[in-house]
Amino acid sequence: MLDRLRGPNPAKRHNARTIAALTGNPGCTRRAVLDAAGIDKPRLAQRIGFPGTFGQSRFALARGTTFEAMLKADGGALLAETLGHAAADVRYADLGDDADDTLGARHARTRSLLAHAAGAALIDHPLLTLEVAGQTVFLEPDLIAFQVENRVQVVEIKSFAVVDGQADSAKVSAAATQAAVYVLALRRLLATLGHDDRMVSHDVVLVCPANFSLRPVAVVLDVRKQLATLTRQLTRLAAVADIVAGLPADLTFDLALAPADLIAALDRVAARYAPECLSACELAAYCRHEATGTTAALGRPVRDALGGIESVAEVLGLATGRGTPAEVQAEAAMLLRTAARLRAEAMADVR
Amino acid sequence: MLTALARVQALDAGRATPVATVRHLHLHDRPLVLIPLAMAGEANAPLAAMAGTAPDDPSLLVVAQPRNRDQRFAFAARLAEIVLAYVGSFTGVAEPVAVDRGRDVRYRFVDAPQIWVPNTGGVDFLRLFGRSTRFRRVDRDYPVPPSVPLLGRWLTFLAHAAEVPGSSLLLNAVQALSLHWATGQSSAEDAQLAAHLAWVDPPPGEPGPVAARAAERLPAAGPATDPEFDNDVLAPLMARDEPDLDQLTDVLREHLLPTWRQMWRTLELLRALPVGGRVGLRWDGDRDAFSAFVQHLADGGPPQPRHDGAVAAAARLHRLENAAARYAVQRAFDDPLVMAEYRLAGAAFAGRVTLAKADRVDDSGKRPVLRPRIMVAAAEPVRVEPGTTLTSPARPAQKAKVISVTPTADGSDVLLELSGGMGRKLIAEPGSVPAVGERIVLTTLSEAFRPGGSFPDPADTPWTHGGPPIPDGGTEVVE
Repeated sequence: MLDRLRGPNPAKRHNARTIAALTGNPGCTRRAVLDAAGIDKPRLAQRIGFPGTFGQSRFALARGTTFEAMLKADGGALLAETLGHAAADVRYADLGDDADDTLGARHARTRSLLAHAAGAALIDHPLLTLEVAGQTVFLEPDLIAFQVENRVQVVEIKSFAVVDGQADSAKVSAAATQAAVYVLALRRLLATLGHDDRMVSHDVVLVCPANFSLRPVAVVLDVRKQLATLTRQLTRLAAVADIVAGLPADLTFDLALAPADLIAALDRVAARYAPECLSACELAAYCRHEATGTTAALGRPVRDALGGIESVAEVLGLATGRGTPAEVQAEAAMLLRTAARLRAEAMADVR
Repeated sequence: MLTALARVQALDAGRATPVATVRHLHLHDRPLVLIPLAMAGEANAPLAAMAGTAPDDPSLLVVAQPRNRDQRFAFAARLAEIVLAYVGSFTGVAEPVAVDRGRDVRYRFVDAPQIWVPNTGGVDFLRLFGRSTRFRRVDRDYPVPPSVPLLGRWLTFLAHAAEVPGSSLLLNAVQALSLHWATGQSSAEDAQLAAHLAWVDPPPGEPGPVAARAAERLPAAGPATDPEFDNDVLAPLMARDEPDLDQLTDVLREHLLPTWRQMWRTLELLRALPVGGRVGLRWDGDRDAFSAFVQHLADGGPPQPRHDGAVAAAARLHRLENAAARYAVQRAFDDPLVMAEYRLAGAAFAGRVTLAKADRVDDSGKRPVLRPRIMVAAAEPVRVEPGTTLTSPARPAQKAKVISVTPTADGSDVLLELSGGMGRKLIAEPGSVPAVGERIVLTTLSEAFRPGGSFPDPADTPWTHGGPPIPDGGTEVVE
């Protein structure tokens, strides 16, 4: 069924970033279905005339690569030191480069290393798997660290700066959610190996450049909250199968379709647009267009302040006293009328 | 709620609607507009900046290789020339201000600098740039010109000032627009200056939403650049060993000019608004802060520390809270549209004076005192208890105590007893007591003086708060 939704196009691979994004707007069926089916949303958005801009700057990528290479040079010497170990005491296992054809082999090696590892060790380029909406997703954390007391920690290398102990909060929270995806995957893996999954710490380590240099600093983040959200989300996503089963049998998002047909197909799967989508979902420009005239498009706080009334026309109707409020809206309607009167009065005072 | 309604009305009207009837910030005759651009990925490395005090005369600073520290500090030195010359131009004339009830006098400069950046990202950039330059050494290894650490200290001062609600020393255009207009889009979309301005000031004949969509395709107002711009335009130019500075300058000028024009248009729109009555008072505070900082520098004071100590942090928080409360009250007193929000929430009401006994004297105490009473008929629900003290923006020095609230057919009759602001005699000064027929607004908000907190000397910081602060070296290890 999911394959049919996608048509003959290859499925987009999920990664920690896309899984993390799923927790952003859990109520959106459209996103859940499109992501579960692995549909290429950037291309879909482009096909229907609402291209998004979700590129990454080459400069940012280059700096990330430089920083990571520096840390991992000489068998991860600097990294081990940053994590508080003497480089000589730490076994460093590099499982090889990121390439699609090594996925299976790397995952097998990750499993065997984790099954037998003892003592402090750093596993570079590990490969984990996670079941997302019935699909197996391959995940590539930067590193897994083994500590002496047999505790396993996820280590993420990020190139944003920590200045005087503070970093951009949006970037930190994105990194935390992403790391939580790895913690979850690692826990599930250890559980299948017969280990106690609490061996995997909920404290993840971010390694970032300190201040305005490239000198690394390790920061510990507690991701319990993100883990809870994520677990709940993944359970909900499992229910995507039910949603998909309820969709019309002829529904497809085959990118070869005419734009008008793709739009018609999108209209059959409800979205829940919020302005935050603009920075998180490639399809947001279209959903925003579709949501024109709703209070939700003005942002959650605006919608809530207006008593949760859905449409802008309805708000204006109630505020001017033209519309008849439904019983549940009576209170909101009275407040709106008062607000409209006060606004008009205050603005008239000035003229 | 009112702002939410204003957004809906803006969407309906196809252009932004006012949420203020007066300007709530000081607008300088000669502001310095500064648009910083940062290099993606780097820790606050400057890429370019456009700066100037006149719309037709922008200076453009460009860093050909932002990863090169020498070029970074050369940029800092050139930015210092602009900023230090600008702030220095206000240290000429000072005026005496009486302190300690006239027993002493201090001086403050008659004017102060005002820097405008496009958005809060711009403020953050300046704060971090201040942090990265203020500890630089002018001697030993990797020396920098003396103007660089001085720039760092000024930028830090300005960034701190920007955190004080109601301060007008360092302002950002996006926030200034939101303070005065509501658009028909979300605040997330408003964060983009071009789209925000398109709602407030759409091109003739073009509806706001259409103009905003078109504006979204304009270059971002920084400090972050668009990834496409980085990849398609900058990267090829910077990939060479010796980037062509002229070409790079042209490209960045084209990239920055739309934002530059939007900044000045924003200032023009704000200037057209009448200024709020209490804006000048807050600017006086800004001039005090500026004068004190100039004095601190002249006295050879140290640069701002990386972290505030416990006492300094508590004192600062207290000042910020006081400033926030004062700013909220002053805005409401200056602007009926802001006050309307308090009326909606039940913290204020408007009515007409129906009875007034201006010569009422209370002689039950030792000395007779003037205590006029008035009756106000409010046509809206009044949610204040008897005994509450209210203030009217029209007579802020006068207190009105609620004696009784009687519900009527279309609202409430409120009986109030007045004290203060009527002169020293037992007969009220003419006009100091509201007359019958006058329309009056009364609110629980008060402009009353808030005492400063009392905090221990830093040397007496209790152990619960980490004990007395250990001075940090002041200078930075070279990175």
